[in-house]
Amino acid sequence: MNSKKTGLQPELPPFVPIDQVGVEERAARFRTRSIKAESKVHALRLALQMVDLTTLEGMDTPGKVRQLCHKALYPHGIDPEVPKVAAICVYPNRVRLARQILEGSGIRVASVATSFPSGMGQPNARIDEVRHAVEEGAEEIDMVISRWAFLSGEYRLVQDEIASVKEACGPSHLKVILETGELGTYDNIRRASDIAMDAGADFIKTSTGKVSPAATLPVTVVMLEAIRDFYFKTGRPVGMKPAGGIRDAKTALHYLVAVKETLGGDWLTPDRFRFGASSLANDLIMQLMKQKSGSYQSADYFSMG
Amino acid sequence: MKTRKLYIGGAFKRSESEHSYPVTDKKQEPLAHLCRSSRKDLRNAVEAARKAFGGWSARSAYNRGQILYRMAEMLEGRREPFIHELEQISLTRQQAEAETDAAIDRLVHYAGWTDKYPTLFSSVNPVAAPYFNFSIPEPCGVAGIISPEDQALIAPVSLMAPVIAGGNTCVLLTSEQMGSVACTLAEVLHSSDLPGGVVNILTGIRSELVPHLVRHLDVNVLILAADDSDMKKEIQENAHLNVKRVHIYEQKDWNKETTQSPYRIMDAQEIKTTWHPVGY
Repeated sequence: MNSKKTGLQPELPPFVPIDQVGVEERAARFRTRSIKAESKVHALRLALQMVDLTTLEGMDTPGKVRQLCHKALYPHGIDPEVPKVAAICVYPNRVRLARQILEGSGIRVASVATSFPSGMGQPNARIDEVRHAVEEGAEEIDMVISRWAFLSGEYRLVQDEIASVKEACGPSHLKVILETGELGTYDNIRRASDIAMDAGADFIKTSTGKVSPAATLPVTVVMLEAIRDFYFKTGRPVGMKPAGGIRDAKTALHYLVAVKETLGGDWLTPDRFRFGASSLANDLIMQLMKQKSGSYQSADYFSMG
Repeated sequence: MKTRKLYIGGAFKRSESEHSYPVTDKKQEPLAHLCRSSRKDLRNAVEAARKAFGGWSARSAYNRGQILYRMAEMLEGRREPFIHELEQISLTRQQAEAETDAAIDRLVHYAGWTDKYPTLFSSVNPVAAPYFNFSIPEPCGVAGIISPEDQALIAPVSLMAPVIAGGNTCVLLTSEQMGSVACTLAEVLHSSDLPGGVVNILTGIRSELVPHLVRHLDVNVLILAADDSDMKKEIQENAHLNVKRVHIYEQKDWNKETTQSPYRIMDAQEIKTTWHPVGY
Protein backbone atom coordinates (compact mmCIF):
# COMPACT_ATOMS: atom_id res chain seq x y z
CA MET A 1 0.00 0.00 0.00
CA ASN A 2 3.01 2.20 0.39
CA SER A 3 4.23 2.01 -3.17
CA LYS A 4 2.91 5.44 -4.04
CA LYS A 5 4.99 7.10 -1.30
CA THR A 6 2.40 9.78 -0.80
CA GLY A 7 4.44 11.10 2.09
CA LEU A 8 7.39 12.33 0.11
CA GLN A 9 5.83 14.82 -2.23
CA PRO A 10 7.99 17.90 -2.47
CA GLU A 11 5.28 20.53 -2.05
CA LEU A 12 3.51 21.35 1.19
CA PRO A 13 -0.26 21.25 0.88
CA PRO A 14 -1.81 24.66 0.20
CA PHE A 15 -2.98 26.78 3.09
CA VAL A 16 -6.73 26.64 3.73
CA PRO A 17 -8.10 29.34 6.02
CA ILE A 18 -10.92 28.40 8.42
CA ASP A 19 -13.92 30.52 9.30
CA GLN A 20 -13.92 30.26 13.09
CA VAL A 21 -17.44 31.54 13.66
CA GLY A 22 -18.81 29.37 10.86
CA VAL A 23 -17.19 26.24 12.19
CA GLU A 24 -18.39 26.82 15.72
CA GLU A 25 -21.91 27.50 14.54
CA ARG A 26 -21.88 24.37 12.44
CA ALA A 27 -20.55 22.30 15.34
CA ALA A 28 -23.22 23.71 17.64
CA ARG A 29 -25.87 22.62 15.19
CA PHE A 30 -24.71 19.01 15.34
CA ARG A 31 -25.69 19.04 19.00
CA THR A 32 -29.29 19.80 18.22
CA ARG A 33 -30.21 16.64 16.29
CA SER A 34 -32.87 14.58 17.93
CA ILE A 35 -32.05 10.89 17.79
CA LYS A 36 -34.95 8.60 18.53
CA ALA A 37 -34.89 5.31 20.36
CA GLU A 38 -34.14 2.83 17.61
CA SER A 39 -31.46 4.95 15.93
CA LYS A 40 -30.07 5.71 19.33
CA VAL A 41 -29.50 2.06 20.14
CA HIS A 42 -27.86 1.61 16.75
CA ALA A 43 -25.67 4.66 17.31
CA LEU A 44 -24.69 3.58 20.83
CA ARG A 45 -23.67 0.16 19.59
CA LEU A 46 -21.74 1.70 16.73
CA ALA A 47 -19.98 4.17 19.02
CA LEU A 48 -18.97 1.35 21.34
CA GLN A 49 -17.45 -0.55 18.42
CA MET A 50 -15.42 2.57 17.61
CA VAL A 51 -13.86 3.00 21.01
CA ASP A 52 -10.11 2.72 21.47
CA LEU A 53 -10.06 1.75 25.12
CA THR A 54 -7.13 3.70 26.40
CA THR A 55 -4.83 3.72 29.36
CA LEU A 56 -1.76 5.92 29.12
CA GLU A 57 -0.48 6.59 32.57
CA GLY A 58 2.72 6.21 34.48
CA MET A 59 0.87 3.83 36.76
CA ASP A 60 -0.06 1.32 34.05
CA THR A 61 0.95 -1.87 35.77
CA PRO A 62 0.64 -5.14 33.84
CA GLY A 63 -2.33 -5.86 36.09
CA LYS A 64 -4.11 -2.69 35.05
CA VAL A 65 -3.57 -3.38 31.36
CA ARG A 66 -4.76 -6.95 31.85
CA GLN A 67 -7.91 -5.66 33.50
CA LEU A 68 -8.53 -3.25 30.62
CA CYS A 69 -8.07 -6.04 28.08
CA HIS A 70 -10.64 -8.13 29.88
CA LYS A 71 -12.95 -5.14 29.85
CA ALA A 72 -12.47 -5.07 26.09
CA LEU A 73 -13.19 -8.78 25.76
CA TYR A 74 -16.20 -8.83 28.05
CA PRO A 75 -17.66 -5.33 27.93
CA HIS A 76 -20.72 -6.13 30.00
CA GLY A 77 -19.99 -9.47 31.55
CA ILE A 78 -23.56 -10.65 31.58
CA ASP A 79 -25.03 -9.44 28.33
CA PRO A 80 -23.18 -10.97 25.34
CA GLU A 81 -25.09 -8.73 22.93
CA VAL A 82 -23.04 -5.72 23.94
CA PRO A 83 -20.50 -5.25 21.13
CA LYS A 84 -16.76 -5.18 21.67
CA VAL A 85 -14.54 -2.14 21.34
CA ALA A 86 -12.26 -1.62 18.34
CA ALA A 87 -8.89 -1.54 20.03
CA ILE A 88 -6.85 -1.19 23.16
CA CYS A 89 -4.42 1.72 23.28
CA VAL A 90 -1.38 1.40 25.55
CA TYR A 91 2.26 2.34 25.91
CA PRO A 92 4.79 0.30 23.85
CA ASN A 93 6.01 -1.71 26.83
CA ARG A 94 2.51 -3.06 27.44
CA VAL A 95 1.85 -4.04 23.82
CA ARG A 96 3.13 -7.60 24.12
CA LEU A 97 0.93 -8.32 27.12
CA ALA A 98 -2.15 -6.83 25.44
CA ARG A 99 -1.48 -8.83 22.29
CA GLN A 100 -1.24 -12.06 24.28
CA ILE A 101 -4.60 -11.50 25.90
CA LEU A 102 -6.41 -10.19 22.85
CA GLU A 103 -5.00 -12.63 20.29
CA GLY A 104 -7.74 -13.94 18.07
CA SER A 105 -10.46 -11.72 19.54
CA GLY A 106 -10.56 -9.24 16.67
CA ILE A 107 -9.69 -6.43 19.04
CA ARG A 108 -6.65 -4.57 17.77
CA VAL A 109 -3.74 -3.37 19.83
CA ALA A 110 -2.67 0.23 19.36
CA SER A 111 0.42 1.75 20.86
CA VAL A 112 1.46 5.34 21.29
CA ALA A 113 5.02 6.05 20.25
CA THR A 114 7.44 8.84 19.26
CA SER A 115 7.98 10.16 22.79
CA PHE A 116 4.31 10.44 23.67
CA PRO A 117 2.90 12.82 24.82
CA SER A 118 5.33 15.71 24.22
CA GLY A 119 7.18 14.39 21.19
CA MET A 120 10.33 16.03 22.50
CA GLY A 121 12.58 12.94 22.19
CA GLN A 122 15.59 12.48 19.91
CA PRO A 123 14.42 11.91 16.33
CA ASN A 124 16.15 8.54 16.07
CA ALA A 125 14.87 7.39 19.41
CA ARG A 126 11.36 8.29 18.36
CA ILE A 127 11.59 6.21 15.20
CA ASP A 128 13.14 3.33 17.16
CA GLU A 129 10.23 3.43 19.55
CA VAL A 130 7.85 2.99 16.62
CA ARG A 131 9.83 0.00 15.32
CA HIS A 132 9.90 -1.49 18.80
CA ALA A 133 6.15 -1.14 19.21
CA VAL A 134 5.53 -2.72 15.81
CA GLU A 135 7.85 -5.62 16.62
CA GLU A 136 6.04 -6.17 19.89
CA GLY A 137 2.85 -6.56 17.91
CA ALA A 138 1.17 -3.16 17.74
CA GLU A 139 -1.21 -3.12 14.79
CA GLU A 140 -1.78 0.59 15.11
CA ILE A 141 0.70 3.32 16.01
CA ASP A 142 -0.43 6.62 17.51
CA MET A 143 2.38 9.12 16.94
CA VAL A 144 2.63 12.70 18.12
CA ILE A 145 3.87 15.46 15.86
CA SER A 146 6.58 17.90 16.92
CA ARG A 147 4.39 20.80 17.91
CA TRP A 148 7.44 22.96 18.55
CA ALA A 149 8.46 22.53 14.92
CA PHE A 150 4.96 23.18 13.64
CA LEU A 151 4.55 26.29 15.73
CA SER A 152 7.91 27.68 14.63
CA GLY A 153 6.87 27.27 11.02
CA GLU A 154 9.02 24.26 10.19
CA TYR A 155 6.23 22.44 8.41
CA ARG A 156 8.64 20.52 6.22
CA LEU A 157 10.23 18.98 9.30
CA VAL A 158 6.83 17.86 10.56
CA GLN A 159 5.98 16.42 7.18
CA ASP A 160 9.27 14.51 6.94
CA GLU A 161 8.92 13.20 10.45
CA ILE A 162 5.44 11.82 9.77
CA ALA A 163 6.63 10.26 6.54
CA SER A 164 9.53 8.51 8.23
CA VAL A 165 7.29 7.23 11.03
CA LYS A 166 4.90 5.94 8.39
CA GLU A 167 7.79 4.07 6.86
CA ALA A 168 8.80 2.63 10.22
CA CYS A 169 5.24 1.47 10.81
CA GLY A 170 5.39 -1.01 7.97
CA PRO A 171 2.04 -2.74 7.77
CA SER A 172 0.74 -1.17 10.98
CA HIS A 173 -1.74 1.66 10.72
CA LEU A 174 -0.51 5.13 11.53
CA LYS A 175 -2.58 7.60 13.53
CA VAL A 176 -1.13 11.08 13.74
CA ILE A 177 -1.88 13.03 16.91
CA LEU A 178 -1.95 16.75 16.18
CA GLU A 179 -2.49 17.82 19.80
CA THR A 180 -4.94 20.49 18.71
CA GLY A 181 -4.99 22.04 22.17
CA GLU A 182 -1.45 23.25 21.57
CA LEU A 183 -1.87 24.39 17.99
CA GLY A 184 -3.90 27.43 18.98
CA THR A 185 -6.00 28.21 15.91
CA TYR A 186 -8.33 26.37 13.55
CA ASP A 187 -6.11 27.50 10.69
CA ASN A 188 -3.21 25.64 12.28
CA ILE A 189 -5.33 22.56 12.92
CA ARG A 190 -6.41 22.46 9.30
CA ARG A 191 -2.84 22.95 8.15
CA ALA A 192 -1.50 20.21 10.43
CA SER A 193 -4.27 17.86 9.25
CA ASP A 194 -3.38 18.50 5.61
CA ILE A 195 0.30 17.94 6.26
CA ALA A 196 -0.35 14.72 8.18
CA MET A 197 -2.62 13.26 5.53
CA ASP A 198 -0.26 14.31 2.79
CA ALA A 199 2.61 12.59 4.58
CA GLY A 200 0.74 9.31 4.74
CA ALA A 201 -1.38 9.26 7.91
CA ASP A 202 -4.06 6.57 7.96
CA PHE A 203 -5.88 8.40 10.74
CA ILE A 204 -5.61 11.89 12.13
CA LYS A 205 -6.23 12.23 15.84
CA THR A 206 -6.99 15.34 17.85
CA SER A 207 -5.17 14.96 21.11
CA THR A 208 -3.02 13.01 23.49
CA GLY A 209 -5.52 13.46 26.28
CA LYS A 210 -2.80 15.05 28.38
CA VAL A 211 -3.47 18.63 27.31
CA SER A 212 -6.58 20.66 27.92
CA PRO A 213 -8.61 21.38 25.81
CA ALA A 214 -8.58 17.93 24.25
CA ALA A 215 -11.09 16.92 21.59
CA THR A 216 -13.85 19.41 20.91
CA LEU A 217 -16.58 19.26 18.33
CA PRO A 218 -15.46 22.33 16.31
CA VAL A 219 -11.90 21.00 16.10
CA THR A 220 -13.27 17.67 14.92
CA VAL A 221 -15.38 19.41 12.29
CA VAL A 222 -12.30 21.21 10.96
CA MET A 223 -10.43 17.92 10.73
CA LEU A 224 -13.35 16.09 9.14
CA GLU A 225 -13.57 18.78 6.48
CA ALA A 226 -9.86 18.39 5.85
CA ILE A 227 -10.40 14.64 5.41
CA ARG A 228 -13.26 15.31 3.01
CA ASP A 229 -11.22 17.68 0.88
CA PHE A 230 -8.27 15.29 0.88
CA TYR A 231 -10.55 12.45 -0.21
CA PHE A 232 -11.95 14.49 -3.08
CA LYS A 233 -8.44 15.45 -4.15
CA THR A 234 -6.69 12.08 -3.87
CA GLY A 235 -9.39 9.44 -3.48
CA ARG A 236 -7.69 8.09 -0.36
CA PRO A 237 -9.97 7.87 2.69
CA VAL A 238 -8.33 8.92 5.94
CA GLY A 239 -9.79 8.05 9.33
CA MET A 240 -10.55 10.39 12.20
CA LYS A 241 -10.02 9.88 15.91
CA PRO A 242 -11.11 12.46 18.43
CA ALA A 243 -9.52 11.66 21.78
CA GLY A 244 -9.70 13.00 25.29
CA GLY A 245 -12.61 14.65 27.03
CA ILE A 246 -15.36 12.55 25.43
CA ARG A 247 -16.82 10.98 28.52
CA ASP A 248 -20.49 10.45 27.88
CA ALA A 249 -22.63 8.74 25.32
CA LYS A 250 -24.47 11.92 24.43
CA THR A 251 -21.30 13.70 23.37
CA ALA A 252 -20.22 10.64 21.40
CA LEU A 253 -23.49 10.72 19.47
CA HIS A 254 -22.87 14.39 18.56
CA TYR A 255 -19.58 13.32 17.03
CA LEU A 256 -21.26 10.59 15.02
CA VAL A 257 -23.74 13.14 13.71
CA ALA A 258 -20.85 15.39 12.69
CA VAL A 259 -19.17 12.50 10.85
CA LYS A 260 -22.35 11.45 9.10
CA GLU A 261 -23.15 14.99 7.97
CA THR A 262 -19.61 15.89 6.93
CA LEU A 263 -18.23 12.70 5.43
CA GLY A 264 -21.29 10.52 5.00
CA GLY A 265 -22.19 7.03 6.10
CA ASP A 266 -19.05 5.47 4.62
CA TRP A 267 -17.09 6.87 7.53
CA LEU A 268 -19.39 5.40 10.18
CA THR A 269 -17.23 2.34 10.65
CA PRO A 270 -14.46 1.52 13.12
CA ASP A 271 -12.05 1.37 10.17
CA ARG A 272 -12.50 5.08 9.60
CA PHE A 273 -13.63 6.56 12.85
CA ARG A 274 -12.52 5.97 16.43
CA PHE A 275 -13.00 7.46 19.84
CA GLY A 276 -9.96 7.62 22.10
CA ALA A 277 -11.42 7.29 25.55
CA SER A 278 -11.37 5.39 28.77
CA SER A 279 -14.58 6.19 30.64
CA LEU A 280 -16.73 6.59 27.51
CA ALA A 281 -17.12 2.83 27.01
CA ASN A 282 -18.78 2.43 30.39
CA ASP A 283 -21.23 5.21 29.74
CA LEU A 284 -22.11 3.79 26.34
CA ILE A 285 -22.79 0.39 27.89
CA MET A 286 -24.85 2.04 30.62
CA GLN A 287 -26.95 3.89 28.05
CA LEU A 288 -27.43 0.69 26.05
CA MET A 289 -28.67 -1.01 29.18
CA LYS A 290 -30.91 1.97 29.86
CA GLN A 291 -32.46 1.58 26.42
CA LYS A 292 -32.87 -2.14 26.96
CA SER A 293 -34.32 -2.11 30.48
CA GLY A 294 -36.05 1.26 30.50
CA SER A 295 -34.57 2.28 33.83
CA TYR A 296 -31.70 4.63 34.46
CA GLN A 297 -28.56 2.76 35.37
CA SER A 298 -26.04 3.14 38.15
CA ALA A 299 -22.26 3.06 37.80
CA ASP A 300 -22.31 0.70 40.78
CA TYR A 301 -23.19 -2.15 38.46
CA PHE A 302 -20.53 -1.66 35.81
CA SER A 303 -16.92 -2.65 36.02
CA MET A 304 -14.30 0.04 36.13
CA GLY A 305 -11.89 0.70 33.31
CA MET B 1 -46.30 36.10 37.67
CA LYS B 2 -43.11 34.29 38.43
CA THR B 3 -42.07 30.88 37.15
CA ARG B 4 -40.20 29.30 40.03
CA LYS B 5 -37.10 27.43 39.02
CA LEU B 6 -35.87 23.98 39.92
CA TYR B 7 -32.82 23.48 42.10
CA ILE B 8 -30.43 20.96 40.55
CA GLY B 9 -26.77 20.54 41.38
CA GLY B 10 -26.61 23.85 43.21
CA ALA B 11 -28.05 25.82 40.29
CA PHE B 12 -31.49 27.26 39.70
CA LYS B 13 -32.61 25.79 36.41
CA ARG B 14 -35.64 25.79 34.19
CA SER B 15 -37.13 22.45 33.32
CA GLU B 16 -35.58 20.77 30.31
CA SER B 17 -39.16 20.22 29.12
CA GLU B 18 -39.78 24.00 29.04
CA HIS B 19 -43.21 23.23 30.45
CA SER B 20 -44.74 24.82 33.51
CA TYR B 21 -48.09 24.77 35.26
CA PRO B 22 -49.97 27.43 37.18
CA VAL B 23 -50.71 27.15 40.88
CA THR B 24 -53.12 29.20 42.97
CA ASP B 25 -53.27 30.61 46.47
CA LYS B 26 -55.90 29.71 49.02
CA LYS B 27 -58.41 32.11 47.44
CA GLN B 28 -57.90 30.37 44.10
CA GLU B 29 -56.13 33.45 42.76
CA PRO B 30 -53.15 32.78 40.47
CA LEU B 31 -49.96 32.62 42.54
CA ALA B 32 -47.07 31.40 40.38
CA HIS B 33 -45.98 28.99 37.71
CA LEU B 34 -44.01 25.91 38.67
CA CYS B 35 -41.69 23.99 36.37
CA ARG B 36 -43.12 20.73 35.15
CA SER B 37 -40.03 18.56 35.56
CA SER B 38 -39.45 15.89 32.98
CA ARG B 39 -37.77 12.56 33.45
CA LYS B 40 -34.60 14.14 32.09
CA ASP B 41 -34.66 16.73 34.85
CA LEU B 42 -35.03 13.85 37.27
CA ARG B 43 -32.10 12.06 35.67
CA ASN B 44 -29.99 15.22 35.92
CA ALA B 45 -30.98 15.67 39.56
CA VAL B 46 -30.00 12.11 40.45
CA GLU B 47 -26.75 12.56 38.58
CA ALA B 48 -26.04 15.75 40.52
CA ALA B 49 -26.89 14.03 43.79
CA ARG B 50 -24.57 11.11 42.98
CA LYS B 51 -21.79 13.50 42.10
CA ALA B 52 -22.20 15.39 45.37
CA PHE B 53 -22.38 12.25 47.48
CA GLY B 54 -18.65 11.53 47.68
CA GLY B 55 -17.74 14.96 48.96
CA TRP B 56 -20.70 15.37 51.27
CA SER B 57 -20.37 11.98 52.95
CA ALA B 58 -16.66 12.58 53.42
CA ARG B 59 -17.23 15.83 55.31
CA SER B 60 -16.74 15.56 59.02
CA ALA B 61 -19.95 14.99 60.94
CA TYR B 62 -19.22 18.19 62.82
CA ASN B 63 -19.03 20.17 59.59
CA ARG B 64 -22.32 18.75 58.35
CA GLY B 65 -23.84 19.81 61.65
CA GLN B 66 -22.50 23.33 61.21
CA ILE B 67 -24.03 23.55 57.77
CA LEU B 68 -27.42 22.30 58.96
CA TYR B 69 -27.27 24.81 61.74
CA ARG B 70 -26.44 27.50 59.22
CA MET B 71 -29.51 26.44 57.23
CA ALA B 72 -31.60 26.95 60.36
CA GLU B 73 -30.12 30.42 60.78
CA MET B 74 -30.78 31.38 57.18
CA LEU B 75 -34.34 30.11 57.47
CA GLU B 76 -34.83 32.13 60.61
CA GLY B 77 -33.54 35.18 58.79
CA ARG B 78 -36.29 34.70 56.25
CA ARG B 79 -38.95 33.83 58.77
CA GLU B 80 -41.32 36.59 57.70
CA PRO B 81 -41.31 35.83 53.95
CA PHE B 82 -41.94 32.17 54.68
CA ILE B 83 -44.82 32.94 57.01
CA HIS B 84 -46.25 35.23 54.36
CA GLU B 85 -45.93 32.60 51.63
CA LEU B 86 -47.47 29.84 53.73
CA GLU B 87 -50.30 32.14 54.73
CA GLN B 88 -50.92 33.02 51.12
CA ILE B 89 -51.03 29.41 50.03
CA SER B 90 -53.07 27.63 52.68
CA LEU B 91 -52.65 28.55 56.32
CA THR B 92 -53.78 31.10 58.87
CA ARG B 93 -51.18 33.51 60.20
CA GLN B 94 -50.89 31.54 63.41
CA GLN B 95 -50.48 28.19 61.69
CA ALA B 96 -47.91 29.65 59.31
CA GLU B 97 -45.89 30.99 62.23
CA ALA B 98 -46.01 27.64 63.98
CA GLU B 99 -44.93 25.78 60.86
CA THR B 100 -42.01 28.10 60.12
CA ASP B 101 -40.76 27.96 63.70
CA ALA B 102 -41.09 24.19 63.73
CA ALA B 103 -39.04 23.99 60.51
CA ILE B 104 -36.26 26.11 62.06
CA ASP B 105 -36.25 23.93 65.17
CA ARG B 106 -36.21 20.78 63.07
CA LEU B 107 -33.01 21.84 61.34
CA VAL B 108 -31.38 22.70 64.68
CA HIS B 109 -32.47 19.33 66.02
CA TYR B 110 -30.78 17.34 63.24
CA ALA B 111 -27.77 19.68 63.21
CA GLY B 112 -27.12 18.51 66.72
CA TRP B 113 -27.41 14.85 65.81
CA THR B 114 -24.84 14.67 63.01
CA ASP B 115 -21.87 13.87 65.25
CA LYS B 116 -23.84 11.93 67.84
CA TYR B 117 -25.93 9.35 66.06
CA PRO B 118 -22.92 7.25 64.92
CA THR B 119 -21.91 6.83 68.57
CA LEU B 120 -25.40 5.84 69.50
CA PHE B 121 -25.95 3.30 66.75
CA SER B 122 -22.46 1.83 66.54
CA SER B 123 -21.54 -1.21 68.53
CA VAL B 124 -18.67 -3.41 69.48
CA ASN B 125 -19.82 -6.98 69.00
CA PRO B 126 -18.77 -9.95 71.05
CA VAL B 127 -17.49 -12.70 68.75
CA ALA B 128 -16.12 -16.15 69.53
CA ALA B 129 -12.82 -15.68 67.70
CA PRO B 130 -9.80 -13.43 68.15
CA TYR B 131 -11.26 -10.50 66.31
CA PHE B 132 -12.20 -7.01 67.24
CA ASN B 133 -15.64 -6.78 65.68
CA PHE B 134 -17.48 -3.51 65.38
CA SER B 135 -20.43 -2.06 63.45
CA ILE B 136 -20.92 1.50 62.32
CA PRO B 137 -23.66 3.23 60.34
CA GLU B 138 -22.75 4.62 56.92
CA PRO B 139 -24.86 6.70 54.52
CA CYS B 140 -26.61 4.68 51.80
CA GLY B 141 -26.07 7.14 48.96
CA VAL B 142 -28.75 8.97 47.03
CA ALA B 143 -32.23 9.23 48.51
CA GLY B 144 -35.42 9.98 46.62
CA ILE B 145 -37.92 11.84 48.78
CA ILE B 146 -41.57 12.31 47.92
CA SER B 147 -43.06 15.07 50.00
CA PRO B 148 -46.72 15.13 51.05
CA GLU B 149 -49.21 17.33 49.23
CA ASP B 150 -49.66 19.70 52.19
CA GLN B 151 -47.38 21.16 54.89
CA ALA B 152 -45.28 22.74 52.21
CA LEU B 153 -42.39 23.82 54.45
CA ILE B 154 -42.21 21.59 57.48
CA ALA B 155 -42.61 18.34 55.56
CA PRO B 156 -39.74 18.82 53.09
CA VAL B 157 -37.50 20.09 55.88
CA SER B 158 -38.38 17.18 58.19
CA LEU B 159 -37.80 14.65 55.43
CA MET B 160 -34.62 16.09 53.99
CA ALA B 161 -32.77 17.10 57.15
CA PRO B 162 -32.19 13.61 58.62
CA VAL B 163 -31.20 12.26 55.23
CA ILE B 164 -28.48 14.84 54.63
CA ALA B 165 -27.47 14.95 58.30
CA GLY B 166 -26.36 11.35 57.84
CA GLY B 167 -24.19 12.18 54.81
CA ASN B 168 -26.61 11.18 52.06
CA THR B 169 -27.64 13.37 49.17
CA CYS B 170 -31.21 13.59 47.92
CA VAL B 171 -33.70 14.44 45.22
CA LEU B 172 -36.87 15.91 46.63
CA LEU B 173 -40.17 15.86 44.76
CA THR B 174 -42.24 18.68 46.18
CA SER B 175 -45.94 19.01 46.69
CA GLU B 176 -47.58 19.49 43.32
CA GLN B 177 -49.70 22.51 44.22
CA MET B 178 -47.64 24.02 47.05
CA GLY B 179 -44.19 23.42 45.56
CA SER B 180 -43.34 27.11 45.46
CA VAL B 181 -42.47 27.05 49.16
CA ALA B 182 -39.86 24.38 48.52
CA CYS B 183 -38.50 26.57 45.72
CA THR B 184 -38.08 29.37 48.24
CA LEU B 185 -36.46 26.86 50.58
CA ALA B 186 -33.92 26.16 47.84
CA GLU B 187 -32.78 29.77 48.17
CA VAL B 188 -32.14 29.15 51.86
CA LEU B 189 -30.14 26.02 51.10
CA HIS B 190 -28.22 27.86 48.45
CA SER B 191 -27.00 30.48 50.90
CA SER B 192 -26.07 28.04 53.66
CA ASP B 193 -22.74 26.64 52.47
CA LEU B 194 -24.57 23.45 51.53
CA PRO B 195 -22.57 22.03 48.59
CA GLY B 196 -24.45 22.01 45.29
CA GLY B 197 -26.18 18.72 44.52
CA VAL B 198 -26.64 17.59 48.13
CA VAL B 199 -30.28 18.60 47.96
CA ASN B 200 -32.03 18.80 44.59
CA ILE B 201 -35.58 20.08 44.41
CA LEU B 202 -38.02 19.24 41.64
CA THR B 203 -41.53 20.50 41.15
CA GLY B 204 -43.92 18.89 38.72
CA ILE B 205 -46.60 16.32 38.14
CA ARG B 206 -45.53 13.57 40.46
CA SER B 207 -47.29 10.73 38.76
CA GLU B 208 -44.98 11.44 35.79
CA LEU B 209 -41.82 11.44 37.88
CA VAL B 210 -42.28 8.79 40.55
CA PRO B 211 -42.10 5.77 38.18
CA HIS B 212 -38.72 6.92 36.89
CA LEU B 213 -37.47 7.72 40.36
CA VAL B 214 -38.47 4.31 41.64
CA ARG B 215 -36.84 2.48 38.75
CA HIS B 216 -33.67 4.54 38.80
CA LEU B 217 -30.87 2.18 39.75
CA ASP B 218 -28.70 4.95 41.15
CA VAL B 219 -31.23 5.83 43.85
CA ASN B 220 -30.54 3.89 47.02
CA VAL B 221 -33.28 4.98 49.38
CA LEU B 222 -36.85 5.94 48.73
CA ILE B 223 -38.90 7.87 51.24
CA LEU B 224 -42.57 8.32 50.55
CA ALA B 225 -44.49 10.68 52.79
CA ALA B 226 -47.37 11.34 50.44
CA ASP B 227 -50.65 9.64 51.13
CA ASP B 228 -51.16 8.13 47.71
CA SER B 229 -51.97 4.49 47.19
CA ASP B 230 -50.96 4.47 43.51
CA MET B 231 -47.51 5.75 44.36
CA LYS B 232 -47.23 3.28 47.18
CA LYS B 233 -48.07 0.45 44.81
CA GLU B 234 -45.62 1.72 42.19
CA ILE B 235 -42.86 1.83 44.78
CA GLN B 236 -43.56 -1.52 46.29
CA GLU B 237 -43.63 -3.15 42.88
CA ASN B 238 -40.45 -1.66 41.49
CA ALA B 239 -38.07 -0.69 44.27
CA HIS B 240 -36.61 -4.19 44.25
CA LEU B 241 -34.74 -3.52 40.98
CA ASN B 242 -31.69 -2.42 42.91
CA VAL B 243 -32.99 -3.34 46.36
CA LYS B 244 -33.76 0.19 47.43
CA ARG B 245 -34.50 0.87 51.04
CA VAL B 246 -38.11 1.93 51.11
CA HIS B 247 -39.68 3.91 53.93
CA ILE B 248 -43.28 4.90 53.86
CA TYR B 249 -44.11 7.49 56.50
CA GLU B 250 -47.72 7.48 57.54
CA GLN B 251 -47.85 10.41 59.92
CA LYS B 252 -50.03 13.32 59.00
CA ASP B 253 -48.73 16.18 61.12
CA TRP B 254 -45.05 16.98 60.62
CA ASN B 255 -45.30 19.98 62.96
CA LYS B 256 -45.23 17.67 65.94
CA GLU B 257 -41.95 17.25 67.73
CA THR B 258 -42.60 13.54 67.96
CA THR B 259 -41.84 13.21 64.26
CA GLN B 260 -38.20 14.07 64.82
CA SER B 261 -35.87 11.34 65.93
CA PRO B 262 -32.40 9.98 65.27
CA TYR B 263 -34.11 6.86 63.96
CA ARG B 264 -35.09 8.94 60.93
CA ILE B 265 -31.37 9.41 60.25
CA MET B 266 -30.93 5.66 60.48
CA ASP B 267 -33.59 5.14 57.82
CA ALA B 268 -31.01 6.17 55.21
CA GLN B 269 -28.03 4.42 56.79
CA GLU B 270 -26.62 0.98 56.38
CA ILE B 271 -24.57 -0.83 58.97
CA LYS B 272 -21.03 -1.78 58.12
CA THR B 273 -19.44 -4.46 60.26
CA THR B 274 -15.68 -4.88 60.38
CA TRP B 275 -13.71 -7.87 61.60
CA HIS B 276 -10.29 -6.72 62.68
CA PRO B 277 -7.72 -9.29 63.75
CA VAL B 278 -6.67 -8.82 67.36
CA GLY B 279 -3.00 -8.44 68.19
CA TYR B 280 -1.77 -6.47 65.20
